[in-house]
Amino acid sequence: MLLIVETLIALGKIAFVLAFVFSFAILLTWAERKQPALMQDRLGANRAPIFGLRLWGIFHSIAETFKLVFKEDFIPPAASQFAFRFAPVVALFPVLLTFAVIPFGNQLEIGGRVILLQVLNINVGILFLLAFGSLGVYGIVLGGWASNNKYSLLGGMRAVAQTISYEVVIGLTIIGPVMVYGTLELGDMVLMQNKLLFGWLPMWGVVVQPLAFLLFLPAGIAETKRTPFDLPEGESEIIGFNLEYSGMRWGMFFLGEFIELVVLAGLLVTLFFGGYHVPYLYDSFELSGVGGFVFPWGATIPLADVWVVVLRICSFAAKIAFFLWLQLLVRWTLPRFRYDQLMRVGWKIMIPLALLNIALTGIVLLAL
Amino acid sequence: MIDKKVVRVRLSWWQKTYYPEVARGLWITASHFFVNFARHWMRHVFRMKSVTPGAVTIQYPEEKRPVSPRWRGRHRLMLRPDGSPRCVACMMCESACPDECIYITPAETPDGRVEKYPAVFDIDLLRCCFCGLCVEACPEDAIRMDSFDLDLASYARKDFYLDREFLLRNSELTTHAQYDGELEGRPVSRLNLLKDTHPTTPSG
Ligand code: SF4
Ligand code: SF4
Repeated sequence: MLLIVETLIALGKIAFVLAFVFSFAILLTWAERKQPALMQDRLGANRAPIFGLRLWGIFHSIAETFKLVFKEDFIPPAASQFAFRFAPVVALFPVLLTFAVIPFGNQLEIGGRVILLQVLNINVGILFLLAFGSLGVYGIVLGGWASNNKYSLLGGMRAVAQTISYEVVIGLTIIGPVMVYGTLELGDMVLMQNKLLFGWLPMWGVVVQPLAFLLFLPAGIAETKRTPFDLPEGESEIIGFNLEYSGMRWGMFFLGEFIELVVLAGLLVTLFFGGYHVPYLYDSFELSGVGGFVFPWGATIPLADVWVVVLRICSFAAKIAFFLWLQLLVRWTLPRFRYDQLMRVGWKIMIPLALLNIALTGIVLLAL
Repeated sequence: MIDKKVVRVRLSWWQKTYYPEVARGLWITASHFFVNFARHWMRHVFRMKSVTPGAVTIQYPEEKRPVSPRWRGRHRLMLRPDGSPRCVACMMCESACPDECIYITPAETPDGRVEKYPAVFDIDLLRCCFCGLCVEACPEDAIRMDSFDLDLASYARKDFYLDREFLLRNSELTTHAQYDGELEGRPVSRLNLLKDTHPTTPSG
């Protein structure tokens, strides 16, 4: 009986997270056209009505999904048949797993049972996330190689070189927050971020680790392989790993990319922007009493835990939405880096700065 | 030997850190985003039509860009006041046509007032390069290219092979203004578009 309940709870959390991630990813296919349209004084996708209802073209996401599913699925005869079919799966699924360690709330007590609002609570959370996040590039290089096309292969190689370089940067930058919070578990890290600095400033990652944030943001965007760093794909001229893909197999690469965006936004929020926290909002576990707002000037607004959780999930979603917006803004503003620039920035500038950040953090931690 | 001296702009240290310049670029695009967002909402949700439109888009099938009166499009043949075609089948246009895409079969008129008329007058638009030489060659002002037919598209090649009846169809329309809104029942007001090139349909 206990096992069944536990399993049901776990499944419910997984379903919630998947629905959360997928709805963001699907809305992104629409936002990806609508936001640049607004930025460039255009209208963007505004058709695909359902019963005459156009809703600013939001149904384009559905129409596009149908289009991708029903499109001809062409596999080059000279391609490696198994690897070609397998590569999109490798590109998509590890990325889906990564969101499991990102907490979307603290905990909820229902009928005496405390439910942790995080699918996977493991003490190497962020390592898990990085490990699975970097598995995605295997799918890309596999797809590039299996296509039996030299341009695809070159795209895949660029992807590997770029991802590996920037993984180093990411790995080194997150050491800063890890040192400050003293844990690798993302849930604990988020809990730490609700503490107050000087009695009023929430101890968000961006406050205590500004340099790490400034390095993590571009490195993360480079990991998602989008425009200022879109050399692996380079759809506008140099073409890349997904050249031979069509239909839903191509769609899986694309979905994987959009989910990477959501994961990156989730990671940015979790590491640097207080995760699900609303400033000055605490639940009953943190206050060991009645939860609610406790403002630094003394005012309090008591709230039931359920409302705290709802507020926090909303704040988490809003923060993620903001970072998705920011990523789209970057993607539609900046031109692509040249390959040598990409490598120089990664190895010669960002990695030394990340190391400097670790040293500085260590000195400050020792001094305190 | 001509040397081109390439002036390389040296970036300052401040610019080379990327962040301030990137932030400046993002600020420009983000301000467009928010301004256009606000304008769309004011125009389409709060119905404040005096606000500048948030986009310069012309929504093509419903709205069309106004064209100049000299614009060359699909041909049309003109009629005399008595309703017969102005064309006297002199073959000038067929001879002038660089693409050889006009096919005229002359016939004698029964009343003999003018010598000939075109029994067949076909234009193969797929070969036509829209040079307008046929219009220039015509001594009778019988062929013109001011049909303002913008969307020449079809699923079948034969639809681009225009016969005399088709070419005579818009013969009575002589001015831009008269033509307005009468093309095959399509309610398009070009006069309106001439005044305001911005889209007016409520869509985000
Ligand atoms: S426009 Fe030029 S190519 Fe076309 S029919 Fe006239 S003369 Fe021939
Ligand atoms: S030049 Fe004019 S009058 Fe002569 S055949 Fe052509 S359309 Fe008719």
